[in-house]
Amino acid sequence: MSVPLLLVKNLDVTIRLPDGTEMPILDDIAFTLEKGATLGVVGESGSGKSLLALAIMGLLPPVASVTGDILFEGDDLLGKTDEAMCSIRGNRIGMIFQEPMTALNPTMTVGDQIAEGLVWHLGLGWQDARREAVDLLEQVRITDAARRAKTYPHEMSGGQRQRVGIAMALALKPALLIADEPTTALDVTVQAEILDILDDLTREYGMSLILVSHDLGVIARMCERTLVMYAGRRMEEGRTRDVLTTPQDPYTRRLIGSVPKRRPGGEAR
Amino acid sequence: MTEPATRHLRPRLADGVAVVIGRPNLLIGGIIIGVLVAVALVSLVWTPLPPAKMQIVHKLQPPLAFGLLGTDQFGRDLLSMLMSGAWNSLSIAASAVVVGGFLGTLLGVMSAARRGLFEAVIMRANDVIFAVPPILSAMMLGAFIGTGRFTAIIAIAVFMVPVFARVTASAALQIWSRDYVLAARGAGKGTIRITLEHILPNISNQIIVQATIQLGLAILTEAGLSFLGLGMPPPAPTWGRMLADAQTYLAAAPWLAVLPGLAIALTVLGFNMLGDGLRDLLDPREKRRS
Repeated sequence: MSVPLLLVKNLDVTIRLPDGTEMPILDDIAFTLEKGATLGVVGESGSGKSLLALAIMGLLPPVASVTGDILFEGDDLLGKTDEAMCSIRGNRIGMIFQEPMTALNPTMTVGDQIAEGLVWHLGLGWQDARREAVDLLEQVRITDAARRAKTYPHEMSGGQRQRVGIAMALALKPALLIADEPTTALDVTVQAEILDILDDLTREYGMSLILVSHDLGVIARMCERTLVMYAGRRMEEGRTRDVLTTPQDPYTRRLIGSVPKRRPGGEAR
Repeated sequence: MTEPATRHLRPRLADGVAVVIGRPNLLIGGIIIGVLVAVALVSLVWTPLPPAKMQIVHKLQPPLAFGLLGTDQFGRDLLSMLMSGAWNSLSIAASAVVVGGFLGTLLGVMSAARRGLFEAVIMRANDVIFAVPPILSAMMLGAFIGTGRFTAIIAIAVFMVPVFARVTASAALQIWSRDYVLAARGAGKGTIRITLEHILPNISNQIIVQATIQLGLAILTEAGLSFLGLGMPPPAPTWGRMLADAQTYLAAAPWLAVLPGLAIALTVLGFNMLGDGLRDLLDPREKRRS
């Protein structure tokens, strides 16, 4: 059997507090992600979802210490030097961030921000890279891409900026895309379109996707498998359909129960 | 009437003029400094008389009696000396700010990027340098390598380094905590790339404002140094030494002291107003507060 794209085993993350004590943030997290598969990570605020994403990227703050295994294509990411990680980040693992309003450099045109990854990871010339950037902007359905590529982030709406963020993450066609709450800061109609774009493009390029969200609806729509987290622990993991329809864990049941529902024939409560 | 759709995207010259006129600090500071720089540059190719030319028969003439601004105790033309002095003061101040600003910014962004012990050592070293008055370091330097333009530049630059290091370090630390820096790290950028592409462009406003204000301070320090004879050696005219020489004739020829003093005060005022104006212009938060 071939090596899975991403294998996480016994992952513990603790944070050193200023008074010298250690606080566990992630406790014994484990999952596997096959090539082209999609995994949803769901949980309430503070459950460690985003930290898990950062741990895989090797971007945890210096006060955090990590033990366990994160095997990416059979390679242990935790043992790598920062330089080695730099050539993996962006290139093999891409990331989309939660806040499109602040995740772009305000002093650089969006086209250049997309293009520069191509220039230094792939060695493209600036002219080719800029053309490619316009191409990518078209793929994330930005109208008038050639003109928009020359604008600065402040001239764009939140939805447009998040598309730019996706275009940046997709530019190098990474094998794994980690999206940390990519739609949380956007309104519902824009949300649907962003998810649609993500869905289309990951499928087209055969990328694996880890989607971090607190929104069960988003997870249900996007992911084959789901990992439910609470207080840094794995509560349940399985096929999304099974987790959502026949949850085994009491926490999952309560999480699903907390989704607001309209009672058929009755008043909303 | 409809505005063109791209108006907000492409600022026009008229918009720029309106912005400057709407800010008196920027306007007045800009005019003072602009005139001063022009005078300094003109002095390189033309002054009414050679600034070092002595005409003892015309000594201590009041303004308008001989030449536009009168003469000093050796009969040198005061206007020519002031013009040449403008170049000497400005070039020394600007060089010092460039050198000190470069080193200080470098140390600042490095300590923001490295944090930890490196930052602590750099910042404490800055405190030590900050505690030594520039006059003192200029005297020590002058004793080692002789007084002159170079000594003055280095002495002032040394004292600029900690100012820039502090300003850039605190500004850079703020930018390091921004999401787009995390995103840049997520895209595989190293510390140096992030500093060059994300940190520096986003703190350039603060650096520019700081540099403008420091220029005023550098002019003042340069005048102080040459007042004490630690600046450029004679016969090169400097505002500070003109002031020092004027002391003896304060009762007989007060214009000898008043005019260079006025030049120094106006220049410092100009740089400070320009710095304030630039800060209002470049920092949206300051704008809201005022």
